[in-house]
Amino acid sequence: MIKLFLPCEEANHVCNKGQYKEASFLELIKLKIHLLYCNACKKHSARNTKLTEFMNKENSFKLTDAAKKALKTQIEKQLEQ
Amino acid sequence: MPTHVINPKSWVDRYSDYLYNYTITRVSNHEIAQDLISETFLAGLKSMKNFKGEASERTWLISILKRKIIDHYRKINSNKGKAEVRMNYNNEDDAEGDWMEERVADPFDKTAEDTIENSELGNAIQNCLKKLPEKQATIFEMKTILDYDTETICNELNITASNLWVIIHRARTAMASCLEKNWL
Repeated sequence: MIKLFLPCEEANHVCNKGQYKEASFLELIKLKIHLLYCNACKKHSARNTKLTEFMNKENSFKLTDAAKKALKTQIEKQLEQ
Repeated sequence: MPTHVINPKSWVDRYSDYLYNYTITRVSNHEIAQDLISETFLAGLKSMKNFKGEASERTWLISILKRKIIDHYRKINSNKGKAEVRMNYNNEDDAEGDWMEERVADPFDKTAEDTIENSELGNAIQNCLKKLPEKQATIFEMKTILDYDTETICNELNITASNLWVIIHRARTAMASCLEKNWL
């Protein structure tokens, strides 16, 4: 039988995995159920999601060093031709 | 009389973040944004001879990028069979970058506040990262900023997946409370 009620520790683990899109659909359902009755985890989950939003916002405005390096190489190659 | 000169070797350092910033707010996809910037630079190199020096290099590159973004959406729409994009621009590849210099405005409107807010957020994140223990900061950065997958980090740092998630949990909790104090 499928265990639908997660302990807090496991709920936090799923919540963290969820921030990186590594939680399965079933795990997310179980997390949602847990959040219905656990206020502490609900609060933690909201903070965690907010942190992801911040990090995405920060990341979304920058190119990585590797991407910049690739662009530089591409330009140099083109200039040599 | 031309007042601006063109220097492709400095494009990446000087404009890539700006172009990326401009693109990501319009296409909302990191990889597509990166591809469009790459195509923009290539188109810029091909049409360097058309640069008259009347607009700045950045304005000129943005004008090429704008066209690439329009092409991108035109391609998506035509794939879905519902394209209706009406353009009067000259479509000859050779003339790319020529008409644009005269017609495009520098897009100051969209990004000024975003850039300031983002640079402040960036500083807050960097300050909070510095407060984390070294291992936590490294793993958090690899996972969250560099977007490495779990397996790669585990192999590289010789840790187990469950160990990684414990560290991530601690780092995220510390980062969230640090940002609450220093940013919100």
